[in-house]
Amino acid sequence: MADYGWPDAEHRTLIGKRITRVDSPVKVSGQAKYTYDVKRPGMLFGKILRCPYAYAKVVSIDASAAEKMPGVKAIHIIQGPNSTIHWAGDEVVAVAAVDEPTAEDAVRAIKVKYQKLSHLVSDAEPPKGAAQAQGPLSMDDIDDMLDNQVPARQMVEQIQQYGITSKPDEGTLKGLQEDGATDEVIKAIRAATVHPEAGSRPKSNYQKAAAQTLGDGEKAFAQAEVISEGLYGVPVITHCCLESHGSTSEWTDNDHLLVHMSTQNVSGIAGQMAEPLKIPATNIRVHQDHIGGGFGSKFSPDRWGIATAEVSKKAGGKPVRIMLERDSELKVAGARPSAYARVRVGAKRDGTIVAWQSESWGTGGPGGGGMPPIPYVFSIPNQRKEHTAIRNNIGPARAWRAPNHPQAAVITMCALDDLAAKLNMDPLDFFLKNIELGKPRQAIYTEELGIASDLMGWKQKWHPRGQNKSGNLARGVGLSLHTWGGRGHASDCDLTIHPDGSVDIKMGSQDLGTGTRTCILMVAADTLGIPMDTISLQIGDTMYPPSGGSGGSTTIGGVSSSTRRAAVDAREGLFAKVAPALNAQPAELESINGTVRVKGDSSRSLSWKEACSKLGAMPLTVRGKNPDKSKPPDLTNSGVGGVQMAEVEVDTDTGIVKVKKMVAVQDCGLVIDVKTAESQCHGALIMGISYSLFEEKVMDPTTGRMLNPDMQYYRLAGLNDIPELVVHMMTGKGYDERGVIGLGEPPVISPGAAISNAVANAIGVRVPFLPLTPDRVLGAFQKAGA
Amino acid sequence: MRSFEYVSPTTKAQAVSLLAGNWGQTEVFAGGTDLLALMKDDVLAPKRLVNIKQIKDLQGVTYNAQGLRVGALTNLGELADDANVKKNYPALAEALIEAASPQIRNMATLGGNLCQRPRCWYFRNGFGLLPKDETGKELIIEGDNRYHAILANDGPAKFVSPSTIAPVLIAYAAKIRLEGPKGKRELPLEKFYVVPKTETEREHDLQPNEIVTEVVVPPATDAKAAHYEIRQKEAFDWPLAVAAVALRMNGSNVQSARVVMGYVAPVPWISMEAEQALSSQNISEDTAQRAAAAALRNAKALSHNSYKVQLARVAVKRALLKAASGGAA
Repeated sequence: MADYGWPDAEHRTLIGKRITRVDSPVKVSGQAKYTYDVKRPGMLFGKILRCPYAYAKVVSIDASAAEKMPGVKAIHIIQGPNSTIHWAGDEVVAVAAVDEPTAEDAVRAIKVKYQKLSHLVSDAEPPKGAAQAQGPLSMDDIDDMLDNQVPARQMVEQIQQYGITSKPDEGTLKGLQEDGATDEVIKAIRAATVHPEAGSRPKSNYQKAAAQTLGDGEKAFAQAEVISEGLYGVPVITHCCLESHGSTSEWTDNDHLLVHMSTQNVSGIAGQMAEPLKIPATNIRVHQDHIGGGFGSKFSPDRWGIATAEVSKKAGGKPVRIMLERDSELKVAGARPSAYARVRVGAKRDGTIVAWQSESWGTGGPGGGGMPPIPYVFSIPNQRKEHTAIRNNIGPARAWRAPNHPQAAVITMCALDDLAAKLNMDPLDFFLKNIELGKPRQAIYTEELGIASDLMGWKQKWHPRGQNKSGNLARGVGLSLHTWGGRGHASDCDLTIHPDGSVDIKMGSQDLGTGTRTCILMVAADTLGIPMDTISLQIGDTMYPPSGGSGGSTTIGGVSSSTRRAAVDAREGLFAKVAPALNAQPAELESINGTVRVKGDSSRSLSWKEACSKLGAMPLTVRGKNPDKSKPPDLTNSGVGGVQMAEVEVDTDTGIVKVKKMVAVQDCGLVIDVKTAESQCHGALIMGISYSLFEEKVMDPTTGRMLNPDMQYYRLAGLNDIPELVVHMMTGKGYDERGVIGLGEPPVISPGAAISNAVANAIGVRVPFLPLTPDRVLGAFQKAGA
Repeated sequence: MRSFEYVSPTTKAQAVSLLAGNWGQTEVFAGGTDLLALMKDDVLAPKRLVNIKQIKDLQGVTYNAQGLRVGALTNLGELADDANVKKNYPALAEALIEAASPQIRNMATLGGNLCQRPRCWYFRNGFGLLPKDETGKELIIEGDNRYHAILANDGPAKFVSPSTIAPVLIAYAAKIRLEGPKGKRELPLEKFYVVPKTETEREHDLQPNEIVTEVVVPPATDAKAAHYEIRQKEAFDWPLAVAAVALRMNGSNVQSARVVMGYVAPVPWISMEAEQALSSQNISEDTAQRAAAAALRNAKALSHNSYKVQLARVAVKRALLKAASGGAA
């Protein structure tokens, strides 16, 4: 059997090198077309009427005036009378018109009557006694969860854990299915335990899950010699994609739909649109060339994407474009759940951590949400954890780059840093002292901590808390550790070698701007022994073989594996045709530097072009897949470790924090392109600085609306807020042979904790919550009496 | 888009005649950097836009023995680059550079900067200048007021005056000239700003059918002036507190001082208390600190903005020390 394994370092021409991304020229010259740039002939513009209230019932909708307006081509009710609205900005009616201004005017002309309900938009600590034990779910609860876009996996877990209040009839189940319940959810409902007595209880916004325990927390705290207590947390933030969500849909005939969508999930969109539109998925073509950010918020067509197709249909199939306005993007198109915790953590005098106790809370909007994975990285032997989920009306949560991990890192690493301070230990020594709790990655973390420490100059820069101050400027350093999975997703790749020597690759994947195109070409070119620029790559279309959504750091492992298998098979197929011409067996051949030759005999060789002419009239097409047990070895893997350190300067008079330097040391197995991998880390650090210092979804308690759905008060780091960023990728022995592992999430996990710890080190007190704004920093001083 | 009339008069008299006598009907359109955003967000929906950019006598910067005269249409970039401004009003030049990005500076006019509407997030989200819910509850009192006023906030207005140029111009004793149907008038710039008491009023003493024509600033070569902004981000960010000071010295002691704060009240806030505290003092850490404390003595924080009292104190202190050590860099 052919050897599909990754070549070792001596036999790689491109893999593991630093290659500039292939789509740089089209991006910097403005030729790259984003969904926002798509202009179809005769295109109409859609706008959405959004509910101004955070919690309300739709009473009536009168669109008659809008229908009569010149230029208005279609009106589609998304949520009609009797629908319950759970957040301000939710979609009610979609309109298509000849231009954007007309569509806006039409939206204003639609009269909707609402019955306002009493909302909650706070995620403050649950009032004492307010939390209700999470109980069995009613069918209304489940319908609400669907409405609120709670992930299927989470729904299944809750149904299995808590049961249901009544057994649904087949009609109800069908209704749930139509509302988007997956087969797994329906299966879980059928199998669930029924608790009819629980059906009549009033519902609280605060749902407390059963306590989770490990070991003997009480005894361990009793025996602990040093105990640190603290409050930590991160608020809800948004994804704030610079290219907003949206799509253009057109019906090419009565039952075929063409969609241009800004998405992380090209291959998965058709299936999600088929059910609500009641056409086969195969009739839906989805296309995307480039995307301006997703970060976990663009896996679904969303209500507005379905509505785009609906209004197009009503407008005779004409292309209709709906791209969200900036305010809608920030209000409804994605938010990261908040997480806060009161933590006690205990250790022996020598620094050995023995016990953890946490009472946490947070919100993922109407769905509530779960507890972040705390304590994070460190498997503390004795634990007691309680979590209260707050169901409120701030809008639905979505996966945000490394879901739940940045929150877990802040809560854990800040609590441990406070414990180290109480022990009078350098946190670097303290974390190393406990590194065995970081199993199974303790060796990786140890090596990374050493490298990060050197790159930061930790030993020179670290001082005990509050002891590195000159005038009103205090300096400090902090660190954090993180982990992630990152196994490659399912991916199919078609690779064709043409008799004229040209090569093309087709794959329904997408390049989120991370360098996916570049990496696919590197793997194929390295395997075939030809230059990258001789290969034509086509991605971003459902016409091509399906490849997974780009989420959870799964893309690089998936696409590199399927490409490698396709390229090896194609190369072997070519060798079989070429071998007779070189008087050799196929197994004796190699392809290198554009030449197919007998290994070790350069006199018997053909140029790539000559070799391909031996294919005859027909091109050679093969399909590579991931996973593919029939073509071992496994080319991807899971489980990475990373370490980050931050250095900050705090103006103690104003509370303004400036990040002066960040160091990221990251493992992700075999790195295909070191340059784009480093870029991923740079981007993650910048995003991390943003959420550490600036980002927060601010809700108004009275109106229930977001107060900063704009980019003046929803702040992102600017060029001058970004300091020296040092990235070190772990490569070589011990890393390369693990296979390819994803990198999108890991480096964005630690910045919040590392920066918060650096601020605590600088100013001598803990600022409990991100973002580290002047009011919070000065507030922490005041509380400490400093 | 709500349709509106667009007119381009070429004289001040024409412009004035095209403006309506009450607010909401017409808006003056110059650089458009604020107005267009307000219209796109449906905060303002004028029936007529009066483009004044074709009016030649609203242009130009001159400097002579009487001081500086700046036409209202002068853009911030042009004014910041003016050799006389840089030499004789360095604190103004610095404030102009800090006011906005280069792109905005090249479009935004001085008149527009002084007339820009509050950045209050309730106002910008369409809840009005003095926002209330249907039961009459004041949204800012009940809600998130972290960026709101800490001085002169006992009336219904809780927003902060948004211009960062106004405080430094007031410190330099600038006057603003207006023209309307009743002719021309001139006001000390600080009198141009008023605290509205009802939703139908605005935050400027500008009649709906008046336009700003120019700003005049007396000579200031005998003054030590400075401008200091506290912003969380390095750029592209609204300040949390601003202070501008102009000191006239008698030897090493202060003969007279002007201390003006921005982003603390619905108007640019002149602190008489700080000015008195500085009288006949030399400027040191200690006297600057005491003047800063005096400036904020009457501050009254809302539920979420007590930190701004501290920031405003720091801004005043740092502006004073900066002025004493030679002013703008």
